[in-house]
Order: sequence, then structure tokens, then C-alpha cells
Amino acid sequence: MSLELRNVMKSYSEPNGGRLPVLNVKEFKLATGEQAVLLGSSGGGKTTLLNVIAGITAADSGAVFVGGTDIVRMPEAARDRLRAERIGYVFQAFHLLPAFSALENVLLGMSFGGKRPDRSRAIKLLDRVGLSHRLHHKPAQMSVGEQQRASVARALANTPRLLLADEPTASVDAANQKTVLDLIRDSCRENHVSLLLVTHAPEIACQFDRVETLSDFNKPV
Amino acid sequence: MNIATIAWKNLCQRSLASSLTALSVALGVMLMVAVLVIYGILQSTFSQRTINYDLIVGAKGDPLQLVLSTVYHISPPIENLPYRYYLDWKKDKRIEAAIPLAMGDVTQEGSFPIVGTIPEFFEIDYAPKRKFLIKGGAFRRPFDAYIGSRVAIQNGWAVGATLKLVHGGAETGHVHNEEFTVVGILAPTGTPHDKTVYVNLEGFYQIEGHDKPLNEAITREREFYRETPLTELEMAAEITRLQAQFGMHDHGGHDHGGHDHLHELPPVQKQVTAVLLLCKGLTVGPLIAGDLKKGYQAQAVNPIFPMQKLMDQFLRPATDLLLVLTILIIIVSGIGIFVSIYNSMAARRREIAIMRALGAQRLTVFAIILAESIILCVGGGVFGLIFGHGLVFAAAPLVESYTGLIVNPRAFDPQELILFPALLVLAALVGILPGLTAYRTDVAESLSGN
Repeated sequence: MSLELRNVMKSYSEPNGGRLPVLNVKEFKLATGEQAVLLGSSGGGKTTLLNVIAGITAADSGAVFVGGTDIVRMPEAARDRLRAERIGYVFQAFHLLPAFSALENVLLGMSFGGKRPDRSRAIKLLDRVGLSHRLHHKPAQMSVGEQQRASVARALANTPRLLLADEPTASVDAANQKTVLDLIRDSCRENHVSLLLVTHAPEIACQFDRVETLSDFNKPV
Repeated sequence: MNIATIAWKNLCQRSLASSLTALSVALGVMLMVAVLVIYGILQSTFSQRTINYDLIVGAKGDPLQLVLSTVYHISPPIENLPYRYYLDWKKDKRIEAAIPLAMGDVTQEGSFPIVGTIPEFFEIDYAPKRKFLIKGGAFRRPFDAYIGSRVAIQNGWAVGATLKLVHGGAETGHVHNEEFTVVGILAPTGTPHDKTVYVNLEGFYQIEGHDKPLNEAITREREFYRETPLTELEMAAEITRLQAQFGMHDHGGHDHGGHDHLHELPPVQKQVTAVLLLCKGLTVGPLIAGDLKKGYQAQAVNPIFPMQKLMDQFLRPATDLLLVLTILIIIVSGIGIFVSIYNSMAARRREIAIMRALGAQRLTVFAIILAESIILCVGGGVFGLIFGHGLVFAAAPLVESYTGLIVNPRAFDPQELILFPALLVLAALVGILPGLTAYRTDVAESLSGN
């Protein structure tokens, strides 16, 4: 699924009543099946950008075309539905639900898209990420690396066409960073899923063919 | 995973708080169910469903006492009436059936009330369209007895068992020598018949002490009918006449334990405690009751009215008060659910945001919170219903032994059906505010940890 941003602006309210501009993206494109990394410093608007693309946060202005559809013009419920059906999101802090096992977290990733959760597919995904022995374990019973792998499986659960990854290796130790990264990239390649990964780590970025620096095209005013 | 499953998992994550909250609802519902069921049992016990007679005729006195002693056997009888008075009613053309009852004794085992009556008593429905079903033989011979189902179970009596009558209390009263034989066991009726022993009236009068001395009996009967008292000579002549007519002799010379030695008693020596009347026509009963009220001899009471008055004056207000209290308990429990869920929302902002980030819509997360509230309320209600009926079941033997009332532990009050819709409404009300909190969760802000 392709992605295109045009003149996207986003700002937040400040305590003093002013506005803090975070995003001012003139143009950004991602082709279907393409994998790209956005390099940016902390506080540079990486997460905000991903949230706007995912429809979690609405842009103040501009257009965000996800698979050819401008989600900025969409009602919130429609954005939620699009996200549930076609976008996967790997969070920096994993954000697994503590009350649910690894399998249930993956099933949850399938639950909001209107289709019946596919248990056997969820098990295959977890097996793919090397967690077949942790199906019924809750996040508190898994290591950090396992939790991140479970969140990758969940992000792929709804057969997304676009995967967004927000610093997916930031909370993971060095030994597991490559594993997690390879997992994300291989899974996307296998399923022809477009991938947009944001990171502040150059050593991560250098593993991708396409590296963009956020500050090159995001110039908040 | 559907909304209910997600809600259930969330509740399990906070299992202790959830259990305690549901328990508070369960306790309130349990109390309400117990009150409703017990009141329903009382209502049924003291209604037309347990008696089929139009009038109870008894000595002048408290109508409530007459009904309680005659129908429910939980109050001592007022006073006896002459047997001749029963015969008068039997001959009355306005009366379909007149059944005499003689009371005052209890069984040695179990202290069950003993009622002397005639075989026709069991041919009449004991309640509208409800016939006596008897396992055993006919109630014909003087020392035959029928026992209620509870008597049979509690005392372990079967057909062929024998029993003696005790006057003045099972443990300290006088035990009569005469033995009655159980010839039949009544099928359960859910009425006081289940805890009663019926003996043939003929045999009842054969018991030593149940026949008044002739001179006393004659005097009392004449007083009852306001007939001129007899002089000494007249009394002696009357006694001689009766003795000759009924072949009477001195009772002091032999034992009264044997069944083969029946004494035919003149009617004047017999007494009844009450007479049950079935009237011909709807207007007859009130007319008879009105006539007797004006008279001096006896009273006739519709068995339903005093009980209904008791229910309306005392039991109904008390029950209403209890119901109000239990409703308040349930409402307070509902507030507990609100507080529990609402307080948890602060800690669950991130979880709500995660679900929203996964594509759940605002209404979905609202529905999940509402579902949690409903599960707690309705789940607590289900347990409350079970506990309530369990409480009635457990308390039934105690209530029966203390009050003499028959408690059907499986009784169900139709008002219980209102409980679940009411709990749903309560759940919706207490779940709205926490649900709105979930609805309004800022996803980005909550995920970032702010």
C-alpha cells in the first residue's frame, strides 16, 4: 500500500496557551512494498508523524494518502477502521495488554477489523516470531525481547498493507535488536507490506536501502 | 475476541476487586430474593390456595386465633363447642358439608398436632381443585389415623405404625394409653396438612378424659343453648336415661388400652373445637357469619379475611420495609461498582489507548467498560439469586420448627424476574461515566505516558 504526505502540519497546545509546531511536511512518499527508515532525534516529531499516518492523531492540515485515500478528511471512526484493517503498528514500548496472553494479544490485533479472529493464523504468526512456546504467557511472564517479538506478531495480525514501527529496537538489548529488526523486515518483504520505521539510531538506519532524515523534509514553523 | 471476552479478561486481571464488588451485589440480591420468596410463601400459605371451606365455626373469641388454630395449628384452640351444635350445622339446609374438628393433643414423637375428624374430611378438596391423595387404606375404624407427609418422614412412620396422643405438650404432658394405627399417609400438599396427624373422631372420643362427666356435659350444653338448668332430680333422671340408652358403665374397673372395648358415647359428652362449613351459594357464608356475630353462641369466620388482615396490617408493611432496605443495599453495591471501575480508569488509560491504537473505535471501548459493569452486576445478581434460594432452603427447617409454617424451599416468586432487567439498568447507569472516560481517552497522549 502506498503512502503520500502533502503539506501536513501538526502542532500541540502549550501550557502558556501557545502552539508548539511539531510537523510541517511538504512532501513524503512511500511506494507499495517499499521499506524506508526515518532518522530523527528525540523530540523531532517521529512518533507524531507515525501517529498522523496511522490516523491515531489527526493532522491540523494537509493530506495524508494511505493507499490512495486521504485520511485527514476522514471521520475518526473511519480512520479507526482503516487502521484496524490495513495498518500495523509496532510501538517502542511494545504496549502489550497485560491481562492478555501473547496469543490473545495477537488475536486482539485481529479483533477490531470486522473480521473473525483467526486463531490458527495467530499461532502461526507467533511461531514465525519464535514464540510458539509462549502462546499462553502474559507479558509479565516474557522477556523484553519476547514482548517486542509478540508486538511484531500483533502488528502483522490484521494482514496490514502498511507497517509502522516506532523505534522498535529502542527497548531491546543489543543481542535482540538484530533479531527484531530482521523479523520486521523479513515479514514485510514476505507479505509485500510497505514499511516505515523511525529511529534515532544510525546503526539501525544504515541497514536499510532508503534512509531519510526527518529534519530534511519536516520543517515545523 | 468479542467485547464480552475482553471485558471478562479485564475483570479477571483485577480479580479481587471484581469479586468483592460482585459479592456486594450478590448479598443485596440474596437478601431481596429471600424476602420475596418468604413473603410469597406466607402469602400463599395464608390465602385461598390452602383452604377450601367458606366458614370456620368456633367459640366466640379472636377470629385470628380461630383461624390460626383450626387451619394452621399454630395457636391454641379458643374453647370447645357442643357436639350437638355440629349436628345442627350438619342438618342445616344451607350447608353443603359440615366437618367437625377436635383438637388439643399432640404426638409424643415430634409434637405434631393431632386433629380428630370424620372420614368425609378427606373426600372434600383441601384447597380449590386440590384433592387429598392418600397412600394406604380407608379412614374408617375408630382408632385409624392418617398422617401428613412431613410427619411420616420426620418420625419415620409408615402404614401400620402406632401412635399415642399427648395432652399438654409432648415432653411433659399426659400420655393417653389409647393407641391409634396409621392406615394412610397423605401425599405432600405444601399446607399444614403435611404436619398434622388426623385421627378418627370416634376413636378420639374413646380416649379417657375426652368425654366430659355426664352431669358437667349436660349442664354445659344446656348453658350453651340457654336452656333451663335441670334440677338435681331431673339431672339424675337424665343421667340414668342416657346410661341406659348407651349402655354406659363405670370406667374405673378396667384399662382403656384395648381397641376391642369401645364405649358408645351420648352426643352430650362429645365436644368439637371447630366446624368447617362448605356453603351452598356465595351469599350464604356472609349471612351466617353476620347472624352468628349478633348471637352469643359462636362465631363464623371466613378463613381468608383475618389472615389477609394480618398480612396487610403487619406483614406487608414489614416486607415493604425490608424490600426497600434490600433495594438500597443493591444501589449501594452499584455505587461500589461505579467507584471500582471509575478508579481503575486512571490506571487503565494506557490499555484503552492501546486498544484504540489497534483500531478499536471510541464506542467499542465505551462498550467494553459498560460490559464490565454489566458482568459485575448481572453476575452478582445470578449468585445472589442462587444464594437467596439457598438461604431459604437452609432456613426452611428452622422456620418450620419455630413457626409451624410449611416452607417450600423451591418456591419462586415471579417478582424475581424483575431483578435482572433492574440490574441491567443499574449496570448501565453506573457504567456510563467510566465508559465516557474511556470514550474520551486521548490515544497519543496516553500512549506517550503523559
